[in-house]
Amino acid sequence: MMEWIVQHFLEKYNFWIAMFIIIIGLTATIVKKNFLKKLIGLSIFQTAFFLWVVSLGDVGRDILTSWGLKTQTPPILWMQAAEKGYIYANPLPHVLMLTGIVVSAATTAVALAIVIRIYQKYGTIEEDEIIEKEMEFERRGVL
Amino acid sequence: MLLVEHFPVIIVGLSMFLAYTMLLAGYINRRLPFFMSLAMNFFFLFLSIFVLNHVLTEGPIRYWQGGWRPPWGIEYVVDAMNAYLLIIVISIVILGLIYSKRNVEFEIEERKHVTFYTLIQLMAAGLYGITVTGDLFNMFIWLEIASLTAYALIAVAGGRALRPAYNYVIMGSIGACLYIFGVCWLYSATGTLNFADMRLLLPLVYDNKAVQMGFAMIVVGVMIKAYIFPLHLWQPDVYTYAPSTVSSMMASVHVKVMFYILLRLFYSVFTLDFIRHYIGLDLVICWVAAAAILAGSIWAIKQRNLRRMLAYSSVSQMGYILLGVGLSPLSPWGLVGAVAHILNHAVGKGCLFMCAGAIRQQEGLRDIRDFEGLGKKMPHVCAAFTIAAFSMIGIPFTAGFASKVFLIIASLDASQYPFVAVLLISGLLNLVYFWRVIDRMYFARHRGADDPAEAASDAPATVQEAAPSGPSNSAKSGRPLPLSMIAPILALASLCIILGVIWLTDIPSPLINHILSNLRMEATI
Repeated sequence: MMEWIVQHFLEKYNFWIAMFIIIIGLTATIVKKNFLKKLIGLSIFQTAFFLWVVSLGDVGRDILTSWGLKTQTPPILWMQAAEKGYIYANPLPHVLMLTGIVVSAATTAVALAIVIRIYQKYGTIEEDEIIEKEMEFERRGVL
Repeated sequence: MLLVEHFPVIIVGLSMFLAYTMLLAGYINRRLPFFMSLAMNFFFLFLSIFVLNHVLTEGPIRYWQGGWRPPWGIEYVVDAMNAYLLIIVISIVILGLIYSKRNVEFEIEERKHVTFYTLIQLMAAGLYGITVTGDLFNMFIWLEIASLTAYALIAVAGGRALRPAYNYVIMGSIGACLYIFGVCWLYSATGTLNFADMRLLLPLVYDNKAVQMGFAMIVVGVMIKAYIFPLHLWQPDVYTYAPSTVSSMMASVHVKVMFYILLRLFYSVFTLDFIRHYIGLDLVICWVAAAAILAGSIWAIKQRNLRRMLAYSSVSQMGYILLGVGLSPLSPWGLVGAVAHILNHAVGKGCLFMCAGAIRQQEGLRDIRDFEGLGKKMPHVCAAFTIAAFSMIGIPFTAGFASKVFLIIASLDASQYPFVAVLLISGLLNLVYFWRVIDRMYFARHRGADDPAEAASDAPATVQEAAPSGPSNSAKSGRPLPLSMIAPILALASLCIILGVIWLTDIPSPLINHILSNLRMEATI
């Protein structure tokens, strides 16, 4: 039992933490009615996901897999690295997530711009109130 | 290396470069970006025809970015499927651009025109990129470029488009994030991101939980983007309130390219062996598709707003394509149906959304109940609408008929008889909701304003100043439509008929056989 816990929880604590934060972010995105809080939830979700991926490339960690490079070394220089006995962290997840951060920043920027426009138009960023106002426009015949 | 092998990367790179050049050129002259974009897209169409020709005669193009070997470098792979989709996307973008010229002048403030065309070109670049890439992560980047520009393009109209645009940002980001999440699961199991490389490595780890998780996440993520039935909730509002050009482009090509991601991963990365490895997975996909077809059609019947009806109709039509994919492990005709319907739906739905935009521009009408006598006022647009609607319903000798026949053959071939019934019922439901519109246009007598709801929707022009609505809302030009808007509509409508005849002949069979062999189906038609 203890071994099972160690194998599945303690050795992979980084994935559990990341997953926990991902769930928090996703829940906020879905449950919250305030557009800004939704966006904050989305950012938490994306950032926690980056944390998860970056921890995939940890030095010497035997991750999840039954296939592939068990001790993480850079895929391009791994012959030279093995000769000298060096172990590097796998740089690929880091590089991917560098791009991912850029994408997430762009998404946040676009979303914030739309939130500002919504606030200018409706005077609120609560989803319920906005839908109410839209219903009112519809009743008055202004689509 | 042959010159033609550089063409895919030229198309993608040049359209990115072009987008930013257009932004600068807009400072010199506001009208310049449109003509630059149009000219360059014609050039891309020219190149992509060479690419298709090369692929059909010499085999797939493999282009290594910067000369790095594939498992490490980024590879662009163009086989028959990509080349076919690339031509569809470029042609629809060209027609959409021609249509957008006068439509945008009507719907969007003048100071936004330069950025609007820049964003359209950037979205096109993202779509071309998804189409030609052979790398999972590179596909994510193009996916985000195509999506981010789409968010902005929807919100450009302002007014009622803002809330749907925001919902789409949230849903689309979750979808894209799930996609890249799944890709990272697969990376953790195989250590590669290249399609071809991963296809070789995956059979060793089919039972690995990371691979199963990755598959599930990618499928759900892409399903959000391609609004497959239970995940379509962001879509009807977006298509109803976005600028007409944008909703016609999104309904016709944006969603097809999103679905292409799923197609490519099914056939070239996981392969059908993976689907067959989990018994019943293909039938689950088929039933989801059947639910999408029926639910989309039934909701479409309930709608009174024309564009919202078309949006729900799109949900149902995406179900057709998914049904083809689900049937393909049992019968190659399923894939033929899916591939044919990608083109047929792009042509038909593009035409329908353009008609909806044209009707709104000339007469200021959105509600189907106000369409009485429209057939006399706008004869060309209504004729095109009728032809495209017939294609959606599946009347013989229109494009939609061919794909429906292929799908029915596939379900018979796979002895999955319930889906034949689903397809036939859906045809009847399509007839119900499209006939309602055609009936109003041509046959209904004007009954006056005795219906209070009709009276209310006739009024909006008077109370317009009272509400903070966007510049386009409730306005109408009242003038006859310019040729540049009618020509693309008529071109797409005539394509519906031409394709309907072509699909029934032998002309597309070399293309279809190439697609089947490139997607590793051991069958020919």
